This record gives sequence, structure tokens and C-alpha cells, in this order.
Amino acid sequence: MSNETSVKIYGINGPVVTVESNDVLKMSEMVYVGNENLIGEVIGIGDDYSIIQVYESTTGIRPGEPVTTTGRSMSLKLGPGIVSNIFDGILRPLLRIKEESGAFIDRGINIDALDHERLFDVTVKVEKGQKVKSGDIFCTCPETPLIEHRCMVPNGIEGEVVDVVPNGQYNVDTEIIKVKTPSGDIVAIPMWQEWPIRIPRPFEKRIPIDTPLITGQRVIDTLFPIAKGGCAAIPGGFGTGKTMTQHQLAKWCDADIIVYVGCGERGNEMTQVLDEFSELIDPKSNEKLTNRTVLIANTSNMPVAAREASIYTGITLGEFYRDMGYHVAIMADSTSRWAEALREISGRLEEMPAEEGYPAYLPSRLAAFYERAGFVHALSGMDGSVSIIGAVSPQGGDFSEPVTQNTQRFTRCFWALDKQLAYARHYPSINWLQSYSEYFTDLAPWFSEKVNEKFASYRTRLMALLQEESRLMEIVKLIGGDFLPDDQKLIIEIARVIRVGFLQQNAFHASDTYVPLEKQYKMMEIIVYLYNAALELVGMSVPMSVILGSGLFESLIKIKYDVPNDQIELIDGYKTQIDEFVEKTKKEYANI
Amino acid sequence: MNIEYLGLSEINGPLIAIDNVKGASFEEMVEIAVDGGEKRMGRIVQMYGDKAIVQVFEGTSGLSRKNTRAHFTGKPMEMPVSRELLGRVFDGAGRPIDGLGEIFAEKRVDVNGKPINPAARTYPRNYIRSGISTIDALSTIIRGQKLPIFSGAGMPHDQLAVQIVKQAQIMGSGEESNEDFAIVFAAMGVKNDVADYFRRSFEESGVLERVSMFLNLSNDPIVERILTPLCALTAAEYLAFDLGMQILVIMTDMTSYAEALREFSSSKGEIPGRKGYPGYLYSNLATLYERAGIIQGSKGSITQIPILTMPNDDITHPVPDLTGYITEGQIVLDRTLDQSGIYPPISVLPSLSRLMKDGIGEGFTREDHPPLSNQLFSAYAKVMDARSLASVIGADELSENDKKYLEFGRQFEERFVTQGINENRTTEYSLDLGWDLLSLLPESELDRIDKELLAKYYKKQNTTQPRSDA
Repeated sequence: MSNETSVKIYGINGPVVTVESNDVLKMSEMVYVGNENLIGEVIGIGDDYSIIQVYESTTGIRPGEPVTTTGRSMSLKLGPGIVSNIFDGILRPLLRIKEESGAFIDRGINIDALDHERLFDVTVKVEKGQKVKSGDIFCTCPETPLIEHRCMVPNGIEGEVVDVVPNGQYNVDTEIIKVKTPSGDIVAIPMWQEWPIRIPRPFEKRIPIDTPLITGQRVIDTLFPIAKGGCAAIPGGFGTGKTMTQHQLAKWCDADIIVYVGCGERGNEMTQVLDEFSELIDPKSNEKLTNRTVLIANTSNMPVAAREASIYTGITLGEFYRDMGYHVAIMADSTSRWAEALREISGRLEEMPAEEGYPAYLPSRLAAFYERAGFVHALSGMDGSVSIIGAVSPQGGDFSEPVTQNTQRFTRCFWALDKQLAYARHYPSINWLQSYSEYFTDLAPWFSEKVNEKFASYRTRLMALLQEESRLMEIVKLIGGDFLPDDQKLIIEIARVIRVGFLQQNAFHASDTYVPLEKQYKMMEIIVYLYNAALELVGMSVPMSVILGSGLFESLIKIKYDVPNDQIELIDGYKTQIDEFVEKTKKEYANI
Repeated sequence: MNIEYLGLSEINGPLIAIDNVKGASFEEMVEIAVDGGEKRMGRIVQMYGDKAIVQVFEGTSGLSRKNTRAHFTGKPMEMPVSRELLGRVFDGAGRPIDGLGEIFAEKRVDVNGKPINPAARTYPRNYIRSGISTIDALSTIIRGQKLPIFSGAGMPHDQLAVQIVKQAQIMGSGEESNEDFAIVFAAMGVKNDVADYFRRSFEESGVLERVSMFLNLSNDPIVERILTPLCALTAAEYLAFDLGMQILVIMTDMTSYAEALREFSSSKGEIPGRKGYPGYLYSNLATLYERAGIIQGSKGSITQIPILTMPNDDITHPVPDLTGYITEGQIVLDRTLDQSGIYPPISVLPSLSRLMKDGIGEGFTREDHPPLSNQLFSAYAKVMDARSLASVIGADELSENDKKYLEFGRQFEERFVTQGINENRTTEYSLDLGWDLLSLLPESELDRIDKELLAKYYKKQNTTQPRSDA
């Protein structure tokens, strides 16, 4: 692959560098720019001049300096040692950059993503004489206490295994097996492989999505669930809690691996994830959360071209682990910053802008990104999935802007964050009237089988009550609440229980930060139970003040704090209380 | 390389084009002598072959195609730094203007800075007590945070910033003493009186020795305005990370900065984004704001309080909007409160401190702080609902509950939000005051606080008398 040539820099404009064209330059090829060997990518080839976007600051580069081509497209080295690490947008390990250049990132540091010194405890899975094809797993090794890394035969290689090493301690460069291809070449395969970031990894076939990604967040799991292999968008203005929601999902969702892409966001947020995840213990495995997390941090002050790449880096990692048979969830925070990076580069190229200055190809880029999610039967024979949860930061919180609108077209789950809810510190501030999940119908059979057959009907009931409340609130805003008939007052009261006691969830409360589906269902059930009981009383002309005086509404609101997650059966006690109250009141009013 | 280039080929706004340039590098500094005398500085912003486009900091008036000699310095823009930066006044490009002579340089650093490695940051946790109830109790400032003040023309943002500077105390810290505390002040496009107000206030509170001022007044060249925050933050980084000081950076007014950037961008002929601002406004602002923080291995910190005026009080205008997406929260001032004579006119609901959750509560302030602030926000949000209802049906027709909320709202604004310009409250006092106000509401309305805390604090005390701390 060494068709390295060198061309000369002609012009420089921010991250965009023009070079004199030659016949060797390829589109999307990775190049080294200038004397400092900054990493860049070819994004346009013209008659006289070709265009390169540079992933680092271009200060100090001179026209005439060389640009070295590599012949390879912009690709990542994938292998064990990635999980639990933190990288920049083009997969350079930030911890090792820190060792090399201190607290600030210098330019032109080319450190490989993988640690070549570290030894892994390798178990070889194939034997001499066995036939292997692309995607087959030939060896495994523990990557973290949680994740077993499964090394796969790289794409395009198949044949007969002619040599294997015995099980033992090896570094990533060790050639574990040698394969004789049909054409007679012997190919040695190390533990790593390369993959171009802009090309989706192949798989056997897609399989229908029917399993939810359980997040432990009531408003998501119960009202607007996302499927494993699905896509969700979280749009919201600043301060509405996008990042908090992403953090909660990254902490508690039941994926095997989390890829957290901090794309053009705050540095301190990434530090927080690093700090917090290394202390938090995953309740299912009793291991540290970092052991299942990969962080891609391309903060807002890091070079803009690398920000554009960081999203692809994240999804490529996701697909790589999906192919090993894992369920991967990708948190992309925020896709708007990525779109802005596209716009910035497009502007420097003087392309014709479409809506709000974004390039006309924005929708197709977004679609291509979200289509890389899915639940698949991989080449390795295992089933795995990639789910994408993308935050969107619309300017001025206005959902009609192009990034939100286009994202909405390509995702089937929409969690709209609401400024008013955030102002009242109602978190997660997911607006229940604007949000939707098209996955619910696909997932309903799972819920009725694994949780309770009444799950879907209770959910519909909750949604209907909330809808009805919003209609009544329009009236209350005009005439005040006191003038409503009692059955409508009841709807407003029960909706308050749903909003405060169910939808609102406290991320800082030990038992409320993650709620198992079982408890979510029970809470929903008891709320509907109270509503039905109260409705019966209202029908007997029992005044609302008496019903509210029972204190049942307040105690239901506090179930989330008062009933620990391991004593869900306590909720049945509330049922008895409701029954007793209904009995007592019925007797009193039957006499009147 | 001591070659001088005679003349230029084109002049357009602050930009000039020089032909036949050899060996110059991108973003390198250029010295331009006009008519053999006056010296101006410039920076290469674009290069094509042997043509360099240079932005001239002092503006291009008086330049012709023949009367200049340009000398390329071979270096990007650098600034001399040393401990002597404190107590001095500079212009927007970092040159001393107080007549005390040049800075004796410890070293020279590139003003563009380098991005902080996210893996090398220390997550900020120690809070700064500002002595202002609405800030300390509801949007706590954390050391190493960037927390802007969103204001509008004519509102007292300058007074508020000065009050924060005067009263700021770093809490929960061990070895750092207040002696290590210093201020870097960057004025971009502000009026002379405003800059003077800050200087006098620093003088009155006796901190002038510990202030480094960078002034680009409203009639100074816009190209220098773009450099002002770069120079100020470079000074701040040196003081914080090389000398280990606790630095508070005040930058006013970020809107003027963004406007300068827009003017400059349009003269370069770039494709505009929203409202004519360049598409890279977000990235550009981020390279400033992200220079706040704490890094591992240094005991210093940079806390930023940028001030910006929202044009037409519109929080969705690109400058406040993009700022809000980068900074860790915001303090929003409200014109209605200001006009009803409430100082500080902090609009409680949209104000937010993102880092607060990890720097308050048990071990930092007090165990009841997080739920209390949560409850106050939620109660005040209901006040707004009650008020809008009252404006339709009249206050008399409201339910008992709503009436209680109206009373809570009135007292909240009068006792909690309002405070004197020199009144320095302790955090305990602010929290107790919060509980006093919540006592106006029935217990059943307090749905954000769990039983034990309610038992401990609800209706337990009465601290109606304002109490100040020296």
C-alpha cells in the first residue's frame, strides 16, 4: 500500500488547505500536511488544485510545504484496548497525549489508538486446517472485566488457517493466525484491523427490532421507548437538560457497550463523565461503568474538522463491537455541532448554501449516519445492535430549524425537551405532548410478555389523561380551576400525580435515578387504580375536597422515594389503603 | 528573514493583500510601516500561492498601494507574560497603555492558546460564595466555571459584576489563600465610562494591584477587539496555570466582540450564517469560553464571567444563544424586575448553573441545599402561572392555594431576590431565608423535598431580619 507521493501546498484558509493536484490523490484519502505532519483528508479534487481538510490547527503552515499522501482512506485501527479509554475525534488516545504534551494538546502528535505494549490473555478459537471467512472470530481476550474482545478476520480475507499461536499473553501486534487465501497468498492476521470511518461495516442481514433498550427512566421506558437498534433524537434549547438525559442513559441503559461522543461540547462535561463513570458501579454486573464505556471527546475548542469526523469515529466503533455480538448504544452529543462543522467547512469551500447556510447535502449526511443503526445478524454469526441517541441543539430552541427537522425525518423516536419544564426544574424535561415513539407498536408484544399484558393499555390510559389535562388547563387558564366540575378536577389532580410522581424523576436520588420496569409498571397500575376508585366516588357525589383530604394523592407522588427498588411489593400496600378509604367513604355517603 | 515588501496590491476594509510573498506562514504576524514612519501590526488570515491576505489591527486608513513596507516576523502573535501583568493596563492587542513601560517578559506565549486536553482537566467542585442569595442558593458559581451574565442595555450588569468581584470568596478549598486571587478584566467595545467605572470600583475595593486590564473601547479598531479576549485569556492562563493563582476573568461585552467578528468576516467576503454572523461563531466563541477551567497538576483556576447584552432583550439572538450552548449555565437579568426597582434584577427561572449540582449539598454547603433550590424553582414557576391566571380572572377569584403562591412570589422577590449593592449574605442565611419563604406554602405543595428534611427545616425558624456578613 505504499504509493506515497508528495504534493505542494498552494493556499491556506483556516482548516481548509488547497494543494496542487496530481493524478495520485484520491477522494477521502488520508494525508499528512506540512512539515509537522498534521492529519488531513482529501475532500475535493479539481483540475489545478485539490482541497484538503485538516484535523488540526493550521497556524504556521506555509505554502510550498509538502503534503504526503498515504493511499488509504481516513480509517481507524480497531482492536482490544479501546473500551474504557478516552479519545479525540480521530481516535487518538487523550490520556497518552497528556503524557506526551501535558495539559494542552500540541499539534502533529500521531499516537496510535491502541497500546502496543499491553499484553492480553488470548484464547485462540480456530485450529490449523480450519476454513475461515471474513468476520469469523479467531481469538478472544478479556478487554475489561466486562467486555470480552472477539478478534474477527478482516474484511476481504478468507481461506484456510495454516498457522496459529498457542493460547497465551500477547500484544495487539502479534500475528495470531496465518491464513492461506484461495489465491495461495499467506496472510498473517494480528489482533487489530483497520476500517475506513465513512463506510458502514458489512453484516449478514438485518433482523426485526423487537426488544426495547431499557433505560430505567420512566418517561422513556414507559411512554416513549426506544428499541435496541433504533434511533432517537433529543432536541432542546440550552439548559433543558440534553446532556443530563444523555448521561442518565449512558449510566443506566442495558446496552453492553456505550460509545459516548462529545462532539463540539464542553470540556468539563467530558471530565465529569470520566470522573463519575469511574466511580459508579453498574448494578447488573457490579463493575465500574467505565469498563463498558468508550469516550470520544472532541470538545468545542478542538479543531472543527476533527469534530466532523468524531461522529463517524463513534459509529464505526459501535459497528465494530456490534459485529462481535454486543448491544451498543451511541450517545452523540450534539449532532448540531457536527452539522455546524459541516457548514463551516462548506462555507470555506464556497459551496452554495441551502437553508440557514447549511450545505444542501445535510439531509443525506444525517440519513446516512442514522441508517448505520440497526439490529443485525453479523458476519461472525452473532446478533448485535447499534442504537443511536442523538442530541440536537436547535438555535433559540426553535424546532423548525433544518437540523431538528431533518433529524426528525430519520429517527423514529423523538424526545422533545421543553424549556418551561426545565425552568420549573421538572427533569427529565421531556414534553409528553410533543414527544413520540414509533417503536412502541413494535415493542408492545415484548412489554406484554415480559412485564404485564396490561402494560400497553395502562400506558394508553396515562397518555389519554395527560392529553385531557392539557385540554382542561386551557380552560383553567381562562376561568380558574375552582369552576370545573369534580370529574374534571379529578383529571387535573390525577394528572399532577402522573407528572410529579411518575414522569418527573430525580437523577440524584439513590433509588429514583434508575427504576426497574417492574416498578414502573406497578406505579402506573396504582395511579390508574386510584383514578378509577376516585372516579367511582365522584360518581357518588363525594366532593373532591374529601377525596383529596385522604392524602392518597400525595403519598402516591412520593412512592418514587418511599418504595425502594428492591421492595416493589410495598406498592400493593397502597392498594389496600385506597380500598379502605373507598369503603369508609362509601359507607359515609351511602347514609346521606 | 529580513525582507521588506514594498507596497501592496489591494485594500478592502481592514484587509490588505500583499503579492510575491515568500516563506510566510499562516497566521504569522506582519509589521507594516506607513510612509516610513508609523508602525502598524497585522496578521495573515489567508494565503494563496504567493499572495498573502493580511488583517491590519489598527485599520487601513492612510494606506495606499505604494506607501507601505511590510515585514513578516515569522511568528504567530505572541504576548510577553510575567507576574508584572497584574496592576497594569493594556490595549486590546496587549500593549501597555498606562505609561509604565513595557512588560519585562518571563516568556512569550502564542495568544491563540491550545485546547485543554479533556483528560487533563479537573472537574470543578469548589463553590465561590458571591454573597448574593439568588446566585449562591439557586445558581451557585463554581471555581473553574464559565458563567455569563445575560443582560440588556441599561440594566445593572456592571454593578452586579463588581459586587461579585468584591464579595467573591472561594469556599471549600484547602491550601489556596485569598492572596492568590486575581482578576483579569477584558473590555471589548465598551464606553470609556464603563471601563472607568470598573477601574474605580477595583480601586475602591483595594484590588487594583491584583487586576490586569485589557481595554478596547468602543471607538478603538474592531480588529483589535477580536484580539482583546485572546490577550486577556493568555494572561489569565499564565497567571493561573504557571503561577497557580485563582483567576476571575470578566469579559464585557461579548456582543460587541461578536459584532466585530461579523464585520471582519463580511469584509473577508465569507458566507454568512444566522443574522449575518459567520458560520464559525460557535467555534470561535468556544475557543474563548473553553479556556476556563482547572487542569491537573496546577493549583490555579480560571473562572469566567462574560457579560453580554442581548440585543432587544432577545435570548434567542445568536450571541446569547450560542454562548448558552457553550457556557456552564447563565445568569439572566430581567427588565421587568429592574423597572420595579429590584436589585439585582436576576430572573430566577432561566438562570442556571450547570456545575452547581456537584459543588453543593452535604460536605460543600448544606444537605438541604439541592432539594431546597429545586423546590424554590418549582414554586416560583407556579407563581408565574398564578399571576397569569390572576391577570385574567382577577386575584380575588383565585383559589386559596393560588393566593398563597401570589404571596410567596411577592415575598420571594422582595426578600430573597432583592438585596443591597453592598449586602454580603452568607449561604446559610440565604438558605434559611428560602425555608422561611417556603413556610408560606402548605406542606402538601412541597413535593421536591423528602420527609426527613421537611421535618428538620420546614417552619422551624424565622429569620426575617436581614442579616449581613462582614
